[in-house]
Amino acid sequence: MNLKHLTNGLIKENPTFYQLLGMCPTLAVTTSAQNGLGMGLATTAVLVGSNAMISILRKIIPNKIRIPAFVVVIAAFVTIVGMVMEGFVPALYKSLGLFIPLIVVNCIILARAESFAFKNGVGPSVLDGVGMGLGFTWALVLLGMIRELLGTGMIFGISVLGAAYKPAIIMILPPGGFLTLGLVLAVYSVIKSKKAAAGQ
Amino acid sequence: MEQQYRVSSSPHFRSNESVSGIMRDVVIALLPATAAGIYFFGFNALITVLLSVGAAVATEFFVQRYMRKVPTTIGDFSAVVTGLLLALNLPASVPWFIPVVGSIFAIAIVKQAFGGLGFNFMNPALAARAFLMASWPTDMTTWAVPRAADGVTGPTALGILKEALPDQLPSVMNALIGNIGGCIGETSALLLILGGLYLVWRGVIDIRIPAVYIATTFVLLFIFNGFNFQIAFLHVLIGGLMLGAFFMATDYSSTPVNFRGQMIFAVGAGLLTALIRQFGGYPEGVSYSILLMNVATPLIEKYSKSRVFGGGKK
Repeated sequence: MNLKHLTNGLIKENPTFYQLLGMCPTLAVTTSAQNGLGMGLATTAVLVGSNAMISILRKIIPNKIRIPAFVVVIAAFVTIVGMVMEGFVPALYKSLGLFIPLIVVNCIILARAESFAFKNGVGPSVLDGVGMGLGFTWALVLLGMIRELLGTGMIFGISVLGAAYKPAIIMILPPGGFLTLGLVLAVYSVIKSKKAAAGQ
Repeated sequence: MEQQYRVSSSPHFRSNESVSGIMRDVVIALLPATAAGIYFFGFNALITVLLSVGAAVATEFFVQRYMRKVPTTIGDFSAVVTGLLLALNLPASVPWFIPVVGSIFAIAIVKQAFGGLGFNFMNPALAARAFLMASWPTDMTTWAVPRAADGVTGPTALGILKEALPDQLPSVMNALIGNIGGCIGETSALLLILGGLYLVWRGVIDIRIPAVYIATTFVLLFIFNGFNFQIAFLHVLIGGLMLGAFFMATDYSSTPVNFRGQMIFAVGAGLLTALIRQFGGYPEGVSYSILLMNVATPLIEKYSKSRVFGGGKK
């Protein structure tokens, strides 16, 4: 067991801020911190499941048809997660809407299957899935918090800035997603380049 | 060989034009319309202009000094122009934070994040206006009535045109002078034309884009409104068309460089303005039409490239 597989996805190779994967759900669902959290955890569950299953089956799946095989495995887990969410958290399921079934085509999951789970054992693959999934989750929660705070004055539905604050509605509209992501990416790369400079 | 020759590399001829000179001319050209706006809309308009310009200059200084760590260029007046243009695009009754947030957005995001003066891909003041419009739609569409007490609001002349209320339409005279509702700097068509012609005379802008832009809008609205000359004429005088055509559709970095490209840009902007005003949901389309043509500019440039001399036929 190597803990590096777990921590890799959290910051250093964060799927959102470093690999820039899964931009569609990132931009679309982060209108609130709660949506970001729900989407992140749902993706994590699918990612852990699909990584484990693909790692188990990696010796059986023929190399030439591996992509369709991955998609079948991923789609199975997405269906399970979707049904569980619909049954237990119907409000969240409704607010995420189409983006739950669309986890199937989230490139983070396919990328981890292709580049990690297909080449590694079950243990590291699960750890990788947890790390990447949580990395995706905190990125979505951060974006969701910023957008919800500026766009509605609330975080997780609790008023933070008070009634005097006039919310900037653009932040919870699509342009706000692009603006927030761009600015957070800029901050991320500034910190990264400063760290790299300090490390030399 | 008594005469000495000096050897130097090109350019051999230098113009006395400078960025600060050009920007100063733009500020001078905008001053009459600004003064008219302050006269018609009162103290609030003055505060909005000062806040907007102040925030623009302060943001430019802060971003360049502390974030990009490059020499500051606040001396070239370009931030003043952006702040002033933004203020002229706002209703006089906006709360204090709107010009401040707008200026910060215009300078920090649209201008400096893309590399500063000359690298902005769209007009910073208009982009900020669109940002504010999407963020605080109510505040951005509450219009003060000219020469009235604070807090009295009314529709803009374009709003009246859109709602088709012929008895409330302003007279052509009032539309020329600027005694109509609207943004701070857009009401006085006469003073805006005066400022624009000053810029043309100084060689800062070329008359081509504004003339073709305004003409396209006029002709299309003339046709759309059943060849009603009065309506089409009013359409040209009211709203942001003069301000947009002379001062924003002529921005150097976000518009095409050569003649063919500029014609496509101006006709496209005129077409979009007429379409939005006549058939769109908003009464005014100047800002969005210029922004859309701004982002189309790289494409226009690609297809309007001049043939290189001696380069053969395509």
